[in-house]
This record gives sequence, structure tokens and C-alpha cells, in this order.
Amino acid sequence: MVDGYLGVDIGSVSTNLVLIDNGCHLIEKIYLRTQGNPIKAVIEGFAALVETGSKEGVTIKGVGTTGSGRYLSAVLLGADVIKNEITAHAVAAAHLYPDVKTIIEIGGQDSKIIILKNGIVNDFAMNTVCAAGTGSFLDQQASRLNIDIKDFGRRAALSQQAVRIAGRCGVFAESDMIHKQQMGYPMEDIIMGLCESLVRNYLNNVGKGKKIEGPVVFQGGVAANAGLRRAFEKILGMSVKVPQHYDVMGAIGVAMLAMEKMQWSRAITQFRGDAFILKGSFKTSSHECQGCPNICEVVCIKRDREVLAYWGDRCKKWENSLSEKTHAV
Amino acid sequence: MKITFPHMGNMHIAIKALMAGLKLEVIPPPPVSKRTFELGIRHSPEFACMPLKINLGNFIEALENGADTIVMAGGWGPCRFGYYAQVERDILEGLGYQFKMIVLEAPDSKAYDLIKQIKALGENVSFWEAVKAIKYGWSKLNALELLERQFDYYLPRARDKHMVEKIYDDAVVTIDRAGSKTEADEATGQAIKKMSRVDLKAGLPLKIGIVGEIYTMFEPAANYNIYRLLGRMDVQVSRSAYVTEWINDHIMGGYVKKSSRKNLIACAKPYLNCEVGGHGLETVGNTVHFARMKHDGIIQIGPLTCMPEIVAQSIIPSISEKEGVPCMTLWFDELSGTAGLSTRLEAFVDMVHRKKLSTNNQIKEA
Repeated sequence: MVDGYLGVDIGSVSTNLVLIDNGCHLIEKIYLRTQGNPIKAVIEGFAALVETGSKEGVTIKGVGTTGSGRYLSAVLLGADVIKNEITAHAVAAAHLYPDVKTIIEIGGQDSKIIILKNGIVNDFAMNTVCAAGTGSFLDQQASRLNIDIKDFGRRAALSQQAVRIAGRCGVFAESDMIHKQQMGYPMEDIIMGLCESLVRNYLNNVGKGKKIEGPVVFQGGVAANAGLRRAFEKILGMSVKVPQHYDVMGAIGVAMLAMEKMQWSRAITQFRGDAFILKGSFKTSSHECQGCPNICEVVCIKRDREVLAYWGDRCKKWENSLSEKTHAV
Repeated sequence: MKITFPHMGNMHIAIKALMAGLKLEVIPPPPVSKRTFELGIRHSPEFACMPLKINLGNFIEALENGADTIVMAGGWGPCRFGYYAQVERDILEGLGYQFKMIVLEAPDSKAYDLIKQIKALGENVSFWEAVKAIKYGWSKLNALELLERQFDYYLPRARDKHMVEKIYDDAVVTIDRAGSKTEADEATGQAIKKMSRVDLKAGLPLKIGIVGEIYTMFEPAANYNIYRLLGRMDVQVSRSAYVTEWINDHIMGGYVKKSSRKNLIACAKPYLNCEVGGHGLETVGNTVHFARMKHDGIIQIGPLTCMPEIVAQSIIPSISEKEGVPCMTLWFDELSGTAGLSTRLEAFVDMVHRKKLSTNNQIKEA
């Protein structure tokens, strides 16, 4: 028997699940598109993961969840650790590269910069109002140009001379690209130009005022894009490392945090077991709470007939009602 | 005359008391809700900041409820706020509302001028009745602030956060209904007694200072109740401004109580040596002040596009480095999802916590 720790990262675009062993070695990783249905993604991902897990004889001793869907996946699986993405990404990167000073993480809707000092997060920033340069924007541009997103980076790497594209905002970038394309610039050079402009946008908006020092690690789904990596190296003037499992680093980090907590506290995991998630039918519903003029949209998630969680209420009336019930029991 | 005014935190309670003393009928705007935002956003210039939009929503809802006179603060600060009363009047007139607008200007030199302005509002009140009304409103404001400070102390320490929030919310309603200073003070005292009996967690909570633009700091609807969100994460919050201080410095000309402004201006040097409009200088000064008061972290908040806060934001990284305190800036706008906000807050609190642990360990090892 092997002890395993499960890490789940539900983002806007992808749902990632990993299983690691006691030595932080990856047993299995699953990368799925969330496609607007995180519950389905978690169930599918978990089913695939359990298959490998049982072949290898793994028992799950701890569960960690992260990403914007961390509370949802925590309810579905029963989590020991629920952590924000910043901490999760930093933990995974610092384990792999103990001397890392800067982490660039670009996902579907968020981009982040994390500055570490002695392996501990010292400063961080996330994109605030603009999602230019994130995975969703690249996805959209690739489909407009009729290029498979998987080819995007490879095509960019072929470029000899990048075209200058306005990087201030996604809308400006798009119209600039169309303009350059109508003038007849080669596709490769336009794509590479877009990569460079996105890097400038990232450094100005997210990396604003932060001192970027090497070693730099680039992770998140967008790190697959060789063009962006090259653009970062060119503009920063230093080499940028992309870890082997760049796309699931958040999940790895939170699995490590779960392991740390379980080994330290020697508690029994909150994990609800395979049957809970695979055999139940999960349903969500929402209603407008009429308790005050805020009219919050309250979401309720149920397994068969049992209410698992409420959220969305600003005053926490619904959320608290559930905890009161469980306290009473 | 049926008077209304914009919401700013608990200030409506004090204004209601003041107006009652002036023998005026008051129709406060309904609490800020989704509808307030919608109305404000629909009728405001897109690039204006959140405070203007919420003000406007407040006014429309109050006028719908029968108010016919709006009292609004003016000012000659170089921030856009000084001009908001005029812009709001224009927009409302354009929408076809009939109303009178009274703009309270900060007095240049004498508190007497302000009392005269307030007296002029009232119908047939003597000068001394006006002074009494001001005192009454002021006493409620003080009671509320005392309550707020205790709330900020107990929320992070309490095991049952819901309980502390309920005690606070109930006390605010009681203070609002109180008919005299004694009643208001008694309600505060009772609430504090109740809070002190709540079960507390062991250990000291993290301490985080909040600095930034004044309206965003006062109005929970404009900051998504950031004080409570942090309190629920076991963080003790230090507010850099209280309504009484703001009124004292900006409307009463610093007459009522000792001003902390001089200290702030001294703290801001050498990072910022002059006024940059709005609350920019205070934000820089407060950041330095909190850092020196050994806070574990500082969060700057403001409405998106706020110029003075943008200036302060660009100065904060150097304060953070020299004074050795983690800082983060959050901009608020009309986004209704709080997921992004809580991720950032959680990440910041987590970082501050881990940093504190590691420095404590280093001290022990040494």
C-alpha cells in the first residue's frame, strides 16, 4: 500500500487533479477543461484518477483544494486543506526550485506574479481589471486566426522578426492585429508580436513596481506557449524555467500542503471516499433571497436529497444556517 | 422640508439625530443595495468613481421615497469629490426630479461658520438649539465608534464570529432608535459587555492596517465589508480613519478634538512631502505610521480611477521595502463577485502569517 495525497485545482478554464506520494512524487495527473461545469469535471477527473490509484494500490490520506472552485471541490470531496492559488503555486515551485525568486503564473483568467525570499512568499500581485494576456484571450485569438491553441507557441517560435502590437488592452491588441494582418505581415510574426505585447502588458499591469530577479519560474496553463516563454526571456533578459508539470503546479502545491498538515497533525482525513463522489448525484440550484434589498443569488448544492452547502449570500444567513444545524446534531 | 443625504457607513444615524434636533423631517436613503448600484451606474458618467455612483443611487431612491431636499458635503480638496455635489445636482435635474440641494462647505476659519450653515438649515431654531443638535448627533457618532472599535477587537478573537456580528448589528439598531445620549451610551455599554463574554481563541491575531480613500473605507457597500471579511479570517483590523476624525479635520476645521494629521504629515516624509489631492498624503502617512506601530501587513483600498490613491500606490512599494512591511492594493468597482476579493485577501493573510512564523523561528534560533 502507498499513501497518496490528492490535490485539486479548479480554475476558470481547467480542472486539474494530481495524486502524489509521501516523497512528493507525482503518481498521476489529470488535466481537464472545466467547460463551465466544475462538478462534472471533478467527478470525471476523480474517476480517472482513482483508476490509476487503485492499480498502484494507493490509499488517499489527505485532500487539498485550490483555485476559484476550491470551496466547491472541498464540499464534493471532503478537503483537509483549502488554500488560495498564490500559496499553492509558491509551495510547489519552491519545492522544485528551492532558490526561486520570481514566479510568473498565467492561467485562464488570472495572471499572477509571486516574489519569494528564502522560499517564502514575500510579495505578490494579481491582475485587477484587465484579463489581456491570460489563457482565455489567447484562446480567443487562436480561434479567430483559425490556429489550434496547441500550435500557437510553435508557430510563434518560427518568427524571425516580431511585429509590434499594442499591448495596453485586449481590445486594442485585437484591432492592431487585424490591421497588421490586412497589411500582409506574415502570421508567425504577428503571433510573436502578440506574445511580446502580452508580456509587456503583464509586466506593466501585474508586475508593476516589483523587482524581478532570477531564477524565474513560469507556470500555469499558458506556460505551454513557447512563444510567450521566449518573449519573457527576451524582455526580461534572463532565462525562464518552465517546470515539467507546469500545468498542474497549483494542484501539486495544495496536495503537498495537505500532506504537510496530515503528517504534522496525524489526524484522519476529511476525505469522503470514492463512493461519495462517484455514486451520488449532485445538483445545484439557485434562488434569490428576499431577506433584504441586496437580493443575493444564493446557490445550494445537494447530493441526492442532502444539502451540502450554501453560498452567495452576503450576510452569511444561509451559510450559517447549515453550520448551526450540523452543530446541533 | 424632507431632508435626505448620502450614505457613508453608520453616519446616517448621527445625521438623523442632528436633523431631529433641528426639528427637520428626515428621509434617509434605503440601505445601499444592488438596486442603488444599478440606478447610480445607469445615470453616472462611466469614468466617474464608485462614490459618485453610490451617492447618486442613494439620492434617487430617497427622492422616490418623498425626500425634497438633499444635503451633501462640498469641499475644496483637489480631488473630484469637491465637485460631486454640483455634478449630482445636474444629473438629477436632467432626470426631471424636483428638489433643493444644500451643499455644506468646510469653514475656512471659524467653527462658527459651520454652526451658522447648520442653523440656516433648521426651521426656527435658535443658535443654541443648533449647537445642542450638533452635540446630540456627535454623541451618537462617538457611541457608534466606540462600538466599532470593540467589534474590531473581538471579531478576530471570537470563536463564534456570527454571535459577535449579531451583537454589533443589534446594537447599531438600538443606538439608532435611542432618544437620548444616555440611552445611546447605555446600548453601547451593554453590547460591549456582551461581546466581552464571548468565548475567545488563544493567541494573538494578526494585525493588518487598512489605509486608502475615505469613502471606500467608511462605506461597507463600497468595500464589500472588508473589515468583516478580515475579522472572520482571525485578523485584527486597524482602521486608519474614523468618521469623527474626518468630520473634525475636514468639516469642523480641527476644532473638536486633537487632530492626528500633523503626525501623519510628519510620517509621510520623506516619501511624500506635499499634498497630492484627496486622501493621498494621509494614505502614505498612515502606511508609514502602521508600519512603525508593528503591523503585520497593510492593505490600501480605493475606488478604481482614484487619482490621489494611484499616486500613493506608486509610493507604497518603497515604504514596504524600507519599513519592512508587506503591502497590497485593492481597487473596488462595480464587480459583484467576491471570489476574486477573498482569494486576494486569503493569499495576503496567508503570506503575512507565514512570514511572521518564519521570522519568529529565526529569532528563536538566534
